[in-house]
Amino acid sequence: MDLLDAIFVQPFADMAAAPDFLLQVLWEGLVGGVLYALIALGFVLIYKSSRIFNFAQGIMVVFAALTLVGLYERGVPALIALPLTLAVMFVLAVAIERLVLRPLVNQPDIILFMATIGITLFLIGFGEIIFGGENKVMITEQLYIPTGSFLFEPFGGFVSIEQKDLTAVIGAVVLVVALLVFLNKSKIGRAIRALGDDHQAALSVGISLSTIWVIVWFIAGLIALATGIVWGARAGVSFALEVIAFKALPVLMLGGLESVMGAIVGGLAIGILEKLFEIYWGQPLLGGNTEAWFAYVFALVVLLFRPQGLFGEKIIERV
Amino acid sequence: MLYRTAGQFKTSYEADHALFPVRQDAFLLGFVLVLAFVVFPLFASEFTFRALLIPVLIYSLAALGLNILTGYAGQLSLGTGAFMGVGAYACYKLVTIFPELNIALAILFSGFFSAAIGVVFGLPSLRIKGFYLAIATLAAQFFLVWLFQKWGWLYNYNASGAIQVPNIEMFGITVAGPLASAATQYYFVLCFVVLMTVFAINLTRGRIGRMWKAVRDMDIAAELVGINLMKAKLLAFFVSSYIVGVAGALFVFLWRGAAEANLFDIPLSFRVLFIAIIGGLGSILGNYLGAILIVALPVVIGAVPELFGMSISSATVEHLNVMIIGALIIAFLIVEPHGLARLWAVIREKLILWPFPH
Repeated sequence: MDLLDAIFVQPFADMAAAPDFLLQVLWEGLVGGVLYALIALGFVLIYKSSRIFNFAQGIMVVFAALTLVGLYERGVPALIALPLTLAVMFVLAVAIERLVLRPLVNQPDIILFMATIGITLFLIGFGEIIFGGENKVMITEQLYIPTGSFLFEPFGGFVSIEQKDLTAVIGAVVLVVALLVFLNKSKIGRAIRALGDDHQAALSVGISLSTIWVIVWFIAGLIALATGIVWGARAGVSFALEVIAFKALPVLMLGGLESVMGAIVGGLAIGILEKLFEIYWGQPLLGGNTEAWFAYVFALVVLLFRPQGLFGEKIIERV
Repeated sequence: MLYRTAGQFKTSYEADHALFPVRQDAFLLGFVLVLAFVVFPLFASEFTFRALLIPVLIYSLAALGLNILTGYAGQLSLGTGAFMGVGAYACYKLVTIFPELNIALAILFSGFFSAAIGVVFGLPSLRIKGFYLAIATLAAQFFLVWLFQKWGWLYNYNASGAIQVPNIEMFGITVAGPLASAATQYYFVLCFVVLMTVFAINLTRGRIGRMWKAVRDMDIAAELVGINLMKAKLLAFFVSSYIVGVAGALFVFLWRGAAEANLFDIPLSFRVLFIAIIGGLGSILGNYLGAILIVALPVVIGAVPELFGMSISSATVEHLNVMIIGALIIAFLIVEPHGLARLWAVIREKLILWPFPH
């Protein structure tokens, strides 16, 4: 009985008792969710256009952030370092297309997946040799990101919202809207979607596979840089960031591998739910740190009911 | 020349389906076994045993387990590390609860625990397919490692949170723990690996193996020709997790000597997956070739700078290592996406025809 009470009654009583704390938890979850969604977005773009399950998205985030900070530390002004980092990400996109994707075209999915793990390992070693393995501080102020915090006082308590988190959320929304407009309205965006629908048909109407791949990987690099800046501002820049790639996987599965919308909804849902679960169920009942697995178990349960994810294309199987 | 098959006639179906339809294959295997059982132990130093021979055997056993699931039955698994952990912790509990239990039996039993858990996490495979299934095994991976940390009973509530292997004797010889000699441990592991390999070979070339291959190639078609998908998939999860669990128990008891929960984290899973893929999915031989490559590579890369008289700091060597392994994985995938086992098959084909080109 105590157990049932602790599972079904007590957490909700706690929530009702301290609504300001609940709001704070929800906000923290939302910010985390935005970041998950951003990483998942990078995955989805690449998966849509090339059916590659890109494990390297996580390390691309780290690599972009490290390049930015590393350039600044070597005396390049922050506002010049930013476009320079983008240039580096472009070179990376071209290199990956040339050296990895082109020779492996038409291979089974799992081989391409493995190849992206190879890219991940390569970038980890490369990044550590060039920039060193120690933690770095993101150059938040130099990029004119505000760092103060707003205080609200709802329900007689108070909620603090950090300005850099707010900037992250607004920046992510802008990025997503821009991306959706680009995918739906521009010529290149249409080509990317065409390639996602049917490789051969797209090729036959004159869409260049290699050009589109470079563009897609570059956009993924751009998203990685944005993610790296906002996540780096919260938690510092280090190779530990790479594990967020694992956080993006359940987000993707939950939302559906092909769906941009799914990545966003899945990211927000997982961000908020794992925070709520950790605070109200995980810490009192299970000894904490449930964030390590909650997202996966949640995604697994949802998948049991919808095997293609919430927004994925319906899987039709024929013999 | 070396592999001439002329004159080896088969007069019955049994002979045609024999384990070694070509006589030279049997000779070659015998040669490798002699190397493994007699020649290596004669010349190997303590370091060679611990850094090369034992890890190669254990990793190939783990990859063999994974290969049955991913290569033969076509179910992608990213949770091998956690299932190895289940085997290791189960064996640790068995040894501490029943100290009289023979260690070989304890290791064989502990496989059943990981097999049971493998079946539980394999249940979603009946409904979820492809990359989506990876989430089920990833859920196992992260949940189980979390459990290893939080559930004190598993490591007997000791302060360090790690499991320590005590000195264990079998028939009067110390086989596990700090006092055991490397050569004994090598023979112990080798026997296990040979046993499991024979088991796996016979399983995969028989009716069950064909059932798995049919499911891998197209599960709907397999169901239509009368294969019970539930039975086939869950059996694959059972057998695979059993072998992986035994490999995990050997990993801790016969090699590492101690283990913390995060030893079984995702890098271990990926390591085993690399071995299976670089070796060749859907092949038994590939696991050994892959394990040799992945285990030996860091040792070789570490030794190269000294040969040229260069002095590089150990941190840089470590990073170079990671970088080179990443590049080599990509290179191998480009050169031979079907793995080292296919490479050997091509060479063997050439040897049979040699000196003629076709």
